[in-house]
Amino acid sequence: MTHAPLSSPTPAAPFPSGAGGLFRRFKARPSEDTSAKRVQFNSPLLPYLFLAPQMAIIFIFFYWPSVQAIQSSFYLEDPFGFGSSFVGLANYTDVLKSNEYLGIARFTAVFTALVTFFSLSIGLLLAVKADGVIRGNAAYKTLLIWVYAIAPPVAGLMGMMMFDQHIGPLVKFAGLFGWEMKVGLNYNDTAFAMIVVSVWKQIPYNFIFFLSGLQGIPVSVREAAIMDCRSGLRRFWTVILPLLAPTAFFLLIINTTYALFDTFGVIDVIVKDKAANNPITLVYKVYMDGFRGNDLGGSSAQSVILMIIVFVLTIFQFRFIERRVHYN
Amino acid sequence: MYRTKFFDHVILLSGVFLMVGPLLVALMTSSHEAADIHRNGLSILPGGHFIETYETVLTKEGGFTGKITGLRMMMNSLILGLGFAAGKVLLSMLAAYALVYFRFRFATITFWMIFTTLLLPLEVRILPSYEVMNTLHLTNTYTGLIVPLLASATGTFYFRQFFKSIPDELLEAARIDGAGPFKFFIDVIVPLSKTMMAAIFIIMFVYGWNQYLWPTLMTTEEGFFTLVRGIKQILLVWVGSNIPDYNQAFALAILAMLPPVMIVMIFQRWFIKGLTESDK
Repeated sequence: MTHAPLSSPTPAAPFPSGAGGLFRRFKARPSEDTSAKRVQFNSPLLPYLFLAPQMAIIFIFFYWPSVQAIQSSFYLEDPFGFGSSFVGLANYTDVLKSNEYLGIARFTAVFTALVTFFSLSIGLLLAVKADGVIRGNAAYKTLLIWVYAIAPPVAGLMGMMMFDQHIGPLVKFAGLFGWEMKVGLNYNDTAFAMIVVSVWKQIPYNFIFFLSGLQGIPVSVREAAIMDCRSGLRRFWTVILPLLAPTAFFLLIINTTYALFDTFGVIDVIVKDKAANNPITLVYKVYMDGFRGNDLGGSSAQSVILMIIVFVLTIFQFRFIERRVHYN
Repeated sequence: MYRTKFFDHVILLSGVFLMVGPLLVALMTSSHEAADIHRNGLSILPGGHFIETYETVLTKEGGFTGKITGLRMMMNSLILGLGFAAGKVLLSMLAAYALVYFRFRFATITFWMIFTTLLLPLEVRILPSYEVMNTLHLTNTYTGLIVPLLASATGTFYFRQFFKSIPDELLEAARIDGAGPFKFFIDVIVPLSKTMMAAIFIIMFVYGWNQYLWPTLMTTEEGFFTLVRGIKQILLVWVGSNIPDYNQAFALAILAMLPPVMIVMIFQRWFIKGLTESDK
């Protein structure tokens, strides 16, 4: 093709199929050559002009605060606001030695593991079933994904109603089994409510991705699998699940970040600033120390620790997925 | 065969019950009176006070917050959602255009600087971000509410991917016809990107509307509260009261989730495609 008419309205596949798109995304790593086009404009100033707004915002609202976080993590702020003094790594050692912090870190790990596990497995189960049925497929899909649009604190509010001491149906239900649930007062009950709400909120996301991953598996592969293996369950474990592995791994990382950070709204609504006897996660602790406790240095040190965790997760994601995605 | 299909439907229906049940309960309960709810618990049948409750929530000052109406909060949520989505589309399109279609000296380092923003979510740098906003006197302003949220490069990568999939021949042809960078952008890139822009706009609107942490920090004046931000206020009032206004709390929750839920339902196809291909 020598001349593509300028009026041609269709670009090359604006929306490639779901799973294909997912993998394409991972191929687009920064290691890839950034100048993909054979022909480009040559202009000394224009690209900077186009980039200026984005870069300005990134510098003011991303790099500046990030550098500040790192910087103030090495300083101890005077409680009365009269300057601050350099304390080296003291903030970090204080944080890492504190039993309270380590307890919260432990809870965060358990919370993250449980939320990730349950939201992934329920999402996968529903996706497999929705992929299998023909009748009502679209209706199921619509009804199952809408919770995605709910903000975490709104989900938290709904959860508070369900677990309400007076009117909550879930509390009454638990009462039938002799479980006296006291969300907000009892540590374990509160943790339970947090996990239930967080899982509920995340199921649709996993459902969407698993379903589009399943639909990306070619019909020929499925048919071959059916011929080779009659047992549906075994077919799922030996053929379908390995093919879904890249999607699952991607979701594992996303769900981990979700449980670590995005659940803030859920936790805030359930705990309501009173962390006293309630379980909280590391992000919530950063917030509490920074805004309620006015401990700038400690809060910053915790921020930096979280930054490192995210950093490691992201690097892990890129390294690992590179090896995992072997087809397509 | 018939049996397995039957159980498939049973599982799916339980899933639907799990996901839709709470919404239904919230919607129905919001149409009862507070005292009624306190006495009889949540309800799955409609009560007779639907319009009454929503009118109170939307137009009456007071209630959970001091002097802001639900309507005003809804407006603020809209401003945040629309402003964020529009800003995101505009900024990221321009930046991606520069990255894909221009040859310039600092391209690689610029790319990396933008890429880095994907690594650190706002949650890990809340306190210093807040300090910066204080220094700039941007707390309790719409600018302070919207602009810092734009400092992440998700949209840029999305558009960059898309621009790369546009055939090179288009640019060659356009250049033969004598089109410059501006003309090419407006006459070729923008029309080609329409679906993409719409998909990103929708996803970003939902994302912006649902923001919680940042608005909580940025807005202390009630006049700037969004619906989602107001949720916490509801609960703070609730804790102290004898018979909490359950109905109004539910009504506000319904209002807070209605626009994003509607958008996800209506634009389901775009939404799923945009999501699975871009990740937020």
